[in-house]
Amino acid sequence: MASPSKEMLLDWYRQMVLIREFEETCHRLYEEKRITGVYMHLYSGHEASGVGSMAALRPSDHVITAYRDHGIALILGMDPGAVMAEMMGKKTGSSGGKGGSMHLASAEHNFWGGYAIVGGHLPLAAGIALEARYRGSDDVTMTYVGDGATNNGYFHESLNMSSIWDLPVVWIIENNGYGMGTEVDRASGQIELHRKAEAYGIKSFGRVNGQDALEVYDIATQAVDYARNHGPVVVEHVTYRYRGHGVSDKQYDAREDMSAELREWMECREPIKILRDQILKKHKGVKATLASHEEEARRIVKAAVEFAEASELPKSYQELFQNTYVNSNLVHKTDMSVGAGSD
Amino acid sequence: MAGRNVAMREAIRRALQEEMRRDENVFVMGEEVAYWQGTHRVTRGFLEEFGERRVRDTPISEMAIGGVAVGAAMAGLRPVAEFMTINFAFLALDAIANHAGKVRYFFDGMFKVPLVYRAASGWGNQATASHSHSPEPIFAHFPGVYVGCPSNSMDAYGMLKASIRDDNPVLFTESIALYPKPGPMPDDEDTDYLIPIGKGDIKREGTDVTLVAYARGVDWALGAARQLAREGVEAEVVDLRWLRPLDMDLVYRSFKKTNRCVIVEESLPMYSFGSEIAALLQENMFDYMDAPIKRVAAEDVPLPYSKEIELLALPDAQKVVDAVKEIV
Repeated sequence: MASPSKEMLLDWYRQMVLIREFEETCHRLYEEKRITGVYMHLYSGHEASGVGSMAALRPSDHVITAYRDHGIALILGMDPGAVMAEMMGKKTGSSGGKGGSMHLASAEHNFWGGYAIVGGHLPLAAGIALEARYRGSDDVTMTYVGDGATNNGYFHESLNMSSIWDLPVVWIIENNGYGMGTEVDRASGQIELHRKAEAYGIKSFGRVNGQDALEVYDIATQAVDYARNHGPVVVEHVTYRYRGHGVSDKQYDAREDMSAELREWMECREPIKILRDQILKKHKGVKATLASHEEEARRIVKAAVEFAEASELPKSYQELFQNTYVNSNLVHKTDMSVGAGSD
Repeated sequence: MAGRNVAMREAIRRALQEEMRRDENVFVMGEEVAYWQGTHRVTRGFLEEFGERRVRDTPISEMAIGGVAVGAAMAGLRPVAEFMTINFAFLALDAIANHAGKVRYFFDGMFKVPLVYRAASGWGNQATASHSHSPEPIFAHFPGVYVGCPSNSMDAYGMLKASIRDDNPVLFTESIALYPKPGPMPDDEDTDYLIPIGKGDIKREGTDVTLVAYARGVDWALGAARQLAREGVEAEVVDLRWLRPLDMDLVYRSFKKTNRCVIVEESLPMYSFGSEIAALLQENMFDYMDAPIKRVAAEDVPLPYSKEIELLALPDAQKVVDAVKEIV
């Protein structure tokens, strides 16, 4: 079993408390209408899934995910201020206010983005991995996919393509029990989602307790190694979302069975507490460091909010249209008339 | 000196082959592009010359073909992904419209998507309803993806080369009916012959009526113009070549001269190429308009198998002549 150093464990803790502070702040700001927008899907509860698995990567590897993307962005080291500004649609946002919560990305971190169409990013992941194969690189593409997407054609076509072309993709199914509001067993004929790999001759590393960062990391190191040297692999992380499908999800208020289930996960399978207990059991004299990471997370997120709120909104037609195309001096305000005058 | 006449299929094959020789990052993927040598023989000989790494047979997985091309292009390759026919590209509409055309925008310019989707298009030959579409306007609806639709060999050659070299995604449609049609080519030495994206072309000059068309519609328009000339009506034929961006300035210049217009297309009539051009003309050229704008398109019906009624559904030169006679 892979044995991460004390420094690694403390850094995971730092990442996880930062994500939780960021996400809970996003939730509060949404409730206060300081973040507007219809869609925002929080990573609270999922922290160990992302932190443990991405710890197995090297910087040249690639990462892509769906719309529950804030945590992934923060783990990769994106500036929390730019991410928060994106939530608020500001010019200083990581996507210039064009993408919002679901479309974070950072080319410099090999983070190819969060995507909003369920399954839509899966063939992109295969294409990014194809580029690595094409050039003879052994960089892997770590791809996060929700349980709901495993029922969609993109998932099946992309897994199959990755198999026949031996693409270095780690397909991580983050199974949080629900595709929007539909339980996995009402949505999928095969409820052990990792077994879908068998249909395409892909190696599966099975089911992992997605709340235990150490277990996630252990399997991820094996999975990444396999993908780097052989081809695609599937891993299923069993996890839970603390803030519902998205910020507008009111099911947990309306259904006692769901709110009881949520309480049970938060009390018994809380990923930050699990990691904290593991660290304290193994290492002495780290309580002050843990506390300083918590304090630092609050400070960073507070500064991120201040930065975002002080930033300007894009307001011009020029900003509306820019970056529809690359270097397109023949397109002005629209494509409806080429060269029809000035901007 | 102009090169010898070649079929449009061969012009496309040659453009693609030369671009693959020029740039190691260009590769082709699609159903039957390698061992079968291309369903329409456009990639004939490619597997032998470029090998399996750059000539990639795919499973019948249009969603993946559409999306893998996007990821590979974002990562730095220049994929030319083939949809065997444009009918199958409906399955990939999300990859094309929502991903190829939008990733640059929603990440505010962080990535480029230099890809080309090639798709054989068109009605006829008793292919029956689900294999008989000319739905270019559907794909041209979305900002972010250019749409090119050549009408002859020289244009196909120069437009495909420009599409492959451009850093934006392009959907490039190839009318099946035009594949065997011979036409002149640029000078054999001129492997950098490019037709700029969004630049239309006057295929025939005239003073009495403007016929606006693309792809196979250009042949019908030219056929109608020859017939009309015998009756003393001089038609100007505007081949827009690209459905996005749209070279409306070229149409406006012609319309200011003729003051009359018939729009010719192989696609369906509702929410169409014809609708768009007519709308833009009435908005911007009202003072120059001497007659109603007429449209000639396919009939608004799925295509049947049986030959006689299949032909009834299609536009042709005679239908264009009839439309012109209503307004001149």
